[in-house]
This record gives sequence, structure tokens and C-alpha cells, in this order.
Amino acid sequence: MSHEGKKSRNPLVSAILLQNTPLMPKPIAEKVALLRREKTEVPVIYIGAGTCGMVAGAADTLQIVRNYLDDHRLKAEIVEVGCIGLCSAEPILDVQLPGKTRISFKNITAEKVYTVLDGAFNNNYEPEDVLGQFAAPALVPWEGVPFIHELPFFKNQKRLVLENCGVINPSNIEEYIARGGYRSYVKALMNYTGEEICDIIELSGLRGRGGGGFSTGKKWKIARNTQSDQKYLICNADESDPGAFMDRALIEGDPHRLIEGIAIAAYAIGASQAFIYIRAEYKRALESLKVALQQAKEYGLTGPNVYDSGVNLYISLKVGSGAFVCGEETALINNIEGKRGTPIPKPPYPAVRGLFGHPTVVNNVETLANVPLIINHGPAWFNNIGTETSKGTKVFAVTGKTQLTGLVEVEMGTTFRTLIYDIAGGIKDFKDFKALQIGGPSGACLGSPCLDLPIDYESLTKEGAMMGSGGLVVMDEHTCMVDTARYFMNFLQKESCGKCIPCREGTRRMFEILDSITKKPSDDNRHETLERFKGVMMLEELAEVVAETSLCGLGQTAPNPVISTLKYFREEFEEHIFERKCRANVCKGLRTFFIEIEKCTGCTVCFRKCPVSAIIGTQRSPHFIIQEKCIGCGICYDSCKFNAITIH
Amino acid sequence: MLFTIEVNGQQITARRGETILECLLRNGIKVPTLCHMDGYSPTGACRICVVEVEGRNELIPSCSHPVEEWMKIKTHSPKVIRARKANVELLLSNHPDECLYCERNGSCELQNLAFDLNIRERRLNGQKHEYKKDYASPAILRDPSKCILCGRCVRLCETEQEVGAIDFYGRGNTMMIGTSYNHCLSIKNCHNCGQCVLVCPTGALYERQHIPKVQELLHKPEARVLAHLSPTVAASVASAFGLRSGKDLAGLIAAALLKIGFFKVYDTSAAIDIHIMENAALLKKRLEAGENFPLFSSCCPAWVHYFETFYPHMLKHLSPVLSPMQIMGSMLKKNSGTEAANNLVVGIMPCTAKKHEMQRPEMYKGTGMLTDAVLTTRELINLIKLHGVDLENIDPVLPNAPYHVRSTAARLYGVSGGAAEAIARTLFFMLTGQELEPIRISELRNGNLRREVKIKAGKTQIGFVAVSTIKEARKLMDEILGGRRDIHFVEVMACPGGCINGGGQPIGADEKDLKLRVKSLYETDERENIRVAHKSPLVNEFYQKQFEYPGSPTACEFFHKAKNQA
Repeated sequence: MSHEGKKSRNPLVSAILLQNTPLMPKPIAEKVALLRREKTEVPVIYIGAGTCGMVAGAADTLQIVRNYLDDHRLKAEIVEVGCIGLCSAEPILDVQLPGKTRISFKNITAEKVYTVLDGAFNNNYEPEDVLGQFAAPALVPWEGVPFIHELPFFKNQKRLVLENCGVINPSNIEEYIARGGYRSYVKALMNYTGEEICDIIELSGLRGRGGGGFSTGKKWKIARNTQSDQKYLICNADESDPGAFMDRALIEGDPHRLIEGIAIAAYAIGASQAFIYIRAEYKRALESLKVALQQAKEYGLTGPNVYDSGVNLYISLKVGSGAFVCGEETALINNIEGKRGTPIPKPPYPAVRGLFGHPTVVNNVETLANVPLIINHGPAWFNNIGTETSKGTKVFAVTGKTQLTGLVEVEMGTTFRTLIYDIAGGIKDFKDFKALQIGGPSGACLGSPCLDLPIDYESLTKEGAMMGSGGLVVMDEHTCMVDTARYFMNFLQKESCGKCIPCREGTRRMFEILDSITKKPSDDNRHETLERFKGVMMLEELAEVVAETSLCGLGQTAPNPVISTLKYFREEFEEHIFERKCRANVCKGLRTFFIEIEKCTGCTVCFRKCPVSAIIGTQRSPHFIIQEKCIGCGICYDSCKFNAITIH
Repeated sequence: MLFTIEVNGQQITARRGETILECLLRNGIKVPTLCHMDGYSPTGACRICVVEVEGRNELIPSCSHPVEEWMKIKTHSPKVIRARKANVELLLSNHPDECLYCERNGSCELQNLAFDLNIRERRLNGQKHEYKKDYASPAILRDPSKCILCGRCVRLCETEQEVGAIDFYGRGNTMMIGTSYNHCLSIKNCHNCGQCVLVCPTGALYERQHIPKVQELLHKPEARVLAHLSPTVAASVASAFGLRSGKDLAGLIAAALLKIGFFKVYDTSAAIDIHIMENAALLKKRLEAGENFPLFSSCCPAWVHYFETFYPHMLKHLSPVLSPMQIMGSMLKKNSGTEAANNLVVGIMPCTAKKHEMQRPEMYKGTGMLTDAVLTTRELINLIKLHGVDLENIDPVLPNAPYHVRSTAARLYGVSGGAAEAIARTLFFMLTGQELEPIRISELRNGNLRREVKIKAGKTQIGFVAVSTIKEARKLMDEILGGRRDIHFVEVMACPGGCINGGGQPIGADEKDLKLRVKSLYETDERENIRVAHKSPLVNEFYQKQFEYPGSPTACEFFHKAKNQA
């Protein structure tokens, strides 16, 4: 690095980070109050511009807000914030008028902007647009508007890691610092040795949030105690489970928390070089991280000799191309080295011999984001949160058939019932809960007996599931579990790196078997029926062998969707195999369609739309389906305006 | 450091740092393997070598896991056998059922594994891959549908040869082994050494067959099909016929080939003698002129291809002398008087790269190819079996005149270091007029991949280096390009250990076999009288009658590559 030596430090930051007295000088205290949004001089408009917001139309909203301000010649500050967690309410638009609390409006698409802003500025808003208001002691609250932290969605959560997400401006390091950010890092540098930090983290009981649940402190200690002239820290942000977006939202909403966690972890293990491995598809997260890293460097928080402590820290971004297997730590390391992203056998573990042959710690985003909290509040505080063996909180990305979807952070030990019914508002359209899928594609599908299961590592493992990174897909009664298992097996067999036999061939065979039982029975080929049956008989054995012998975590957990669905929904499998019937009417090959003669008007819509010409009939007279030709696609069912087509 | 562990209820000694597999094999417990290669770092890909370790849920791959004190291992528990069996069944479930038509039928590791694991029923039926065979390379044929993706060829090509012509391609179930951009194997960076064929457990890689071509030639009316047999092949076939490995079968094979219908069977060694003479003369000339050092040997076609590809600016350092096979072809085609037009030449070589060499454009001299077909050692064995010749009940014959006399130096060519030794002997004589003493150069016989020696001939010190494998050659090239000046002659053989371990040799040979082959070649050198090429009466006769002296214009026309080619 070229510019060694003392950097010109921002006086504000130095005053906050290196403060020795609790009392700040007045001008700085005022600046801090502004940064913390405890007061504002102009109206501030916040827009949820995370990926979820953008998908919901935040970009248009933002443009219209700008137009509005231009039209009315208003001077206001526009802040693009990350996702607050309630993705189903995006785009979210908040308004903070000087002296008043911040009020939040939900689902503000472009056409609603003028009405909502008019309402907000004139105290004349539509109540159904309002989500709630943020509590702030010094500010005047809006009348009749609920506080956000009292909404059921937020009330039952314990937002520690996500506390800043959707609240602060992710591209302004000063806001993070004003809210106490980077103080843990400076505290760690000034007060503790690396060894002591490892002890603190181990004492706190923090376990890896990426899936395995290994003690983070122990991992760090192994790397710290391995002799080497160079050590590495890798932050694994290669989040690739379908339906999981915790890391993305965290990086988009609060990137500096992650950087602070990385900085502390790197200091603890003695690594001067850290990598963030992030997938290229996470465009906004990537941009957010780039800005944040640049700012951290400018403020002297990374680089050579951080705050005269003699500690060097360089953080590099590595962009992966989104292979699922690259989330496995050895594959990830191979990939950073520039090799093919395939896992290698352990031992040696990366903490002993990892990247370029040096001790390497690979930690998940959420794990690292917990670290500043633990250093700030102390291990005992963290240890008090959660259950006996699982400490702290866990972030889940709740998706699927719940009323509300989004990012949820709950204390360990919370039950799935609380999570689904109290926080996420229960199942959509008053349907029944059927299953939940936890832990990503190689996680497990748990049935309703598991609703009262407390969320912690041990109880999940006992049920054959795993914590995983935090994807939580909720399924209702209209989901076919065989099809679900088939979907996940398809994902896994495609994403397998192909190196070891059980994973490459085993997952493919399992997918083929599941595929064959969800397909239309072919009566002219009895051999095929026999083969299918043989396969079904092998399915369980295959699942066990793949789990026992696979090289890496991907293969070892790959049969989980099959094993767990077999455990909870065995009768559904049997129905598919023996009766060739899908009770949820999802499996296309097993659906039979009939036209009710009384209802059919002979409009010929289905006749024209059928892709295989399986429908016959003339205008204004009832139509019929030739079952031998029908492939069960359901286009006729969807297109019939008279509900004349029924499924059996 | 030693300690004991429990395996299958018995105590065995283990060494710290070794893998479970090494420990088990040392103690006489056999564990099947598929992707494992001795001397390479384990990849843990095939999961066939798994064992059960008490206290661990998953099965442990013995090839990659270090042995530890606390371990209680079961190598053949029901769980382990079930897993091994299931994994092989998975491989078989989408393997083309072509065993009866397969090149490797009978020598296939997958077949043996399935047999040993008692798989007698197809319980799984998977979707088969429809991959096309790759016929593009003149030397090596790829059949990706038979590939089980153990990755041995990739590792070999990448680490031992440092060529990296093939690598994994795609992922998941559609993964395959292919070349860059998944083109055919005719790419420039495959040098046809054929080492990948030796390590392939199935029939996914093998040489391009020339047996049908040879049969066709044999039935041509008026054709005189002449075979010449490499001494290395003669020393490598014994075990295939149930004889003592390493035994020299030159006489028996000659007899068998004559029975099969070859018109004449010659010994390639005669051409090797000429190769020695020409190279020694060239080296002498360069020593006198003091330029263009070092001189690189050109007897290995894989190396020639590699050199031309990666060091085109140094081509004047590459010996222009043809390889022995092509010298023989040149002699037989152009030097046999009026019958030459009907002469068809079949080289029997331990090498796959020769198949590539014979069809190179610059090898068309005058009217046609110098060699019409090349049989590898494996093909020779097949041919003999095909024609029903019983080697045990025939009498050996001497190779036909005029190419029946040779020096023992020529036989050394089969081993890495042998060419350098043979050339050193003759060069010493050419420079000093005396024979080299001691005639055996032990530095060139030390068994390493690189062998170096300095020989003092009069006042000049001549440096000889012999390397085998492309990796080693590349290291040496780096040194030379980096400014090393003490080397005058470099012999390179692309296969580790030289031609005795060539890509066309019988599959499944172990270290012991290789040693016996080497021993056989060295022993002849100790036993016989004519130990240098310049003393071979045949060579002397040739030069006296026709070619005047080594390196003469006539000799160049016959034995050197055409001037105009690169």
C-alpha cells in the first residue's frame, strides 16, 4: 500500500469512535443527532430501495417522488434505504417532517405517490396506506398511527442483526457510526488481543449461521493457533438457496455491520487479508458493498495500520458466478484460488490449511454481522438470548403461502407457530398449513407436527432438518409434496458439482425416480412400470447411501428433501405410486380432466387452446377430452370461462 | 511415529501422516479404489474406498483421510459394502451396456469392481448420455459415454504432463471430460502421449485402432507387408501371454508375425543405430561450430509436437533427424530397389504418438507415407491372439536380414536416459577415437525423471540431460531459457520412465513390471559385445556403401526431415 502513515481523520468520526469522555462537544452532538435522525431540518423521504423494493417498483416511485418535489418546489432529502423486512409491503415510502416522527406508507407504487405525499405533507393521508410510525422520544408522533415496533410482524421479532436494515442510509458510513457502529471494532483493537476476542466469541456461544452450526469462537481459535505467516478470513455471501435472501438484504441495508464484523474477525484470527465472496447476481448488494468498502477505507477503518494499532486489514471482493456448490467452503476456496469450484476432502480443514494453503476461516454473513453486537454488549448478554445450546437470534427469509413475506429475525427457541402465525400472519386465503421447508434445498420439509418445534440447532437436527442459512418456505394444502421433493432434487442434481459419484449420479437417479412417479402412467410399456417400481424400492436406500458417502455438505444433505417428505407425507408418495393420483392436483401427469356436458356451451376455447388436440367437439355442442391424448397440462381448465372442466 | 489402531477387530500398526488406505494396504487389507492414483494427491471423488469409522455417521474415504489414533475402522461391514455396491450400481445405471464390444472388455476396472462387489442385477435404470465418440485425433479415441469421471486422466495430464489438454466440463449430471470449448481431441495442446489411456479405468480412452488397416494391407495382392518391431515392445509383451514379465520375446513375436502373413519382420534397432550415428555426428558438428546448444532429441514424437507448439522460436535446437520408426520407413520405402513400390511398412511401437507422427504432412517423402500403419503393444497382443498364434508352441526366429544386426546401445532407447547414453558413447568415439570408459553411464540410469551427466571428451566437457514427462521437460526448458549454458544434448521422453512406460503399452503394468522391462533392456547391454552404434557391422556397411559418412548429404536426404519444413 502506497499511502502509509497517518491519515487525516474525520473529526466527527474520531470524536465518536475514540471518545474518552461520555460528553460530546456540542457541535458534534448536534451533527450526531442529525445523523441519527433525531431531528431534521428539511423533510426526509425514505424509499425502500433494496432488491425487493426495486422489484416491486421502487425505481418508478423514486422518480415520481423527485417529480413531486420539483413540481411543488419543495426542498427535501431523499434517502434510499434497504429492506425493513416486510417485503410484501414494498415499495415502502417513509416521510419524516421536521419535528415529527417518521411515518411509513406501504405498497406505494408510482401512481400513489402524489396522493400519499400530499396526504403526508397536509396531514390528510389515507389510513389504509399507512404501515406505522417509528417511535422517537424527542419528536411529535402522528395521531392514530400505530408504532411500527408494536405491529404484530415486528412485535414478536427480536431484531438485533437487522436493527439498522431499512432504517439507515446504507451508503453513508457516518450514519452507521453515529448509531454506534465501528465502536466495537475500535474497542476490540484498543482493549483486547485477538486471543481475548476468540474467547469472548466462544463464551457468547455464537454458532455458524451458514448451516453447520459449528462454534464460531472455536473455529477462530483453530485458525489463530495454527502457525502461518499469512491467514485469511473469507465472508461467504454466496447465498444460493431458492427462497433465501437474508444475506442480500443485510448487505443492501446495512453493509457496514458486515464490514465491522469482518474487521473484528480478521483481527481476532490474525488475518490481514479478508475476502467477501458474493454472487454476481446480487447487483445491488455488490454495489452497496463496493461503496461501503470504499468509505471504510477513506475513514481509515481498513488499510494499513488501522487507528495506529499496527493492524493491517485489506478487504477484497470476489464475485462468484452463482453456483450453489460454491457456498461449500472448500469449493469456495478453490474458486477464489481461480480453480474449478469443486469441494476437496476434509481434513485438512480450511481453518488449518485453506486458501492458498494458509489457515482460513470461512464465516457466513449473518455470523459476522453478530460479532460487533457481542463485542459491544459482552458475551454474557448474548449468551442470555436464545436456548441452552443455541444462542442469539436467527434471521429467516419467510416466503411461500403466508400472508406476509419478508425478512424475520427471531430469538432462538421461538416456535415455528409463532413465526408463521403471529409474525407472518398465517396462511394466505385462510387455507390450511401443510408443510414448511427449512434449510434451503437440502433442508427438510417438516409437517404440521413440527409447528411447535422450537427453532434451535439441536431440535431441528433431531427432526432430520437443519438450520441452514435461513430460507423458510411455507406451503399450504394445495402443494404436492412429491412434486416439492422432485423440485428440490432437480435443483440439487443440476447444482451438484459432479465430482463424486453418489452426489452426481445419486441425486440424478433420485430425481428420475421422483419424476417417473409424477408422470402419466404409460400403459403400453409395462417394462417401464417395473423399472419405476424397482426405482421406488431403491429410493430410500439410495437416499441413505448418498447421505453417507458424499464428499461435501451438498451431497450429504441432498437426500433430505426426500427423506423428510417420506417421513411426514409417506401416504402421499404411496398414492402417487399405487393409485397414480396427486391429491393436490399439482402433478401434471396424474391429472385427469373431464368436461361436464351440462355446463359446456361449446365455445371452442379449450378446443383451440389444447396443445395436443386432445379435445374434440363442434361449435355450440358439448366438447369431449380424449384421455389417451391428454397430457394433463391444464390449459383447458384455466381457459374455460364456464367452469365446465373438472379435475379428477 | 508408529501407533496401533483397530481394524476389523484386530490391532494393526499405523504411521503418523499416512492415509487410512496406505495403512490398510500395508497391512494386507485390500480396499477397492477407483479414482485413487499412487503418488497423486487424493481427490476423494469416487467414494468406493469408503470405510466405517466408529463414532462417525458418514463413511470416511480411506484414500484421503489421515489415520488417527482413536480410530476403530471396519473395512467390510454391511454398511460399507452396501455403500460401495450402491455407488458402483449408480455408475452402471447409466453406463452404456456395451461390454461385449468394448475395447477394455476383460481389463475394465469398472467391470471387475462390479464383479467383485457381486452386482448381479440391474436395480437402477438411469437415463443414458448420448455422447458421440471423438475420432478427431489420429492417435487417441475418446468415448465420453463410457467415462465414469474418475478424473484420473485429467489429473495425469494436468500434474504429471503439465499439458492440461483435457479437463472437466459442465457440472452435475451433465459433467463430462472434454477439451477447451469442448472441441475434439485434435487440439494443438494434446501431444498424443497416451498416458491418459494407461490410467483410464474403462474404455473411455484408447488408441485409434490400426488392426483393421493392417489386415487390409496383409490381404492386398502383391503387397509386401514389412513389420519392424521395437525392442521395447519385445520386452513388454511377456506378461500378456502368461510368461515372466520383462522377458524378451523378439524372436517369438517375429515368428508369430511371419505366421500371420507379414512378408518380413525386422528389428527397429537397426534404425535406432542410424539415429544414434546421425545425432552424434550432428552434435559433433555443432560442438565444432560451437553454436545452437543444447540439441534436443527428436526420437519422441510427443515431445517433438510439444516443442514445436510451445517453443517455435527454438526449432533450430531440435534435432532434424527422423525418429527411428521413420528412418526404418525411409530405408524400406526408398532403399529397397525395384520392389520398394510394393513395400508397405508397419511399425510396432510402444507408443500412441507414433500414430500421429506417421500421418504428419512432412513425413510424406516422395511418393507416399514412410509408415503405413502403427501397432501399439496392446494391438500387437490382440493381433497375435486374433490370428490364433500360440506363442508357447512356436520356435523363435531371428529378425529378417538385412535389418537384423544391431548394437545393444539401440536397445537402451526404450528407457529414459538410454538415447543420451547411446549417443554419448558414439560421440565420445567420434571426438576422441577411443571408446568411452566405463561404457556404462550410471548417472543416466538412476531412475529419476531427470538424469544429468557431464562427460569429458578430450578438452571439451559435454553435458547430457535426459528427462521424462513433459512436466520435467518444461522445468528444464525454463532453466535453459533462463540462461543455463552447460547442457549440450537433451533427451526428452514424454512418458514417465521412457518408452517402456509408453502410452501404447499393456494396461495395468505396475512398478515391478516396469522395473523388469528396464532390467531386460539393460541386461542385454551387459551381455552382448557390440555395445556402440558405430561398431555395428550393418551401420558401417550402410555408410560405406551408400551414405558415405554420418551427416552426409545423402544421409540427410534419407534420415533428416525435409529442410523446408518448420
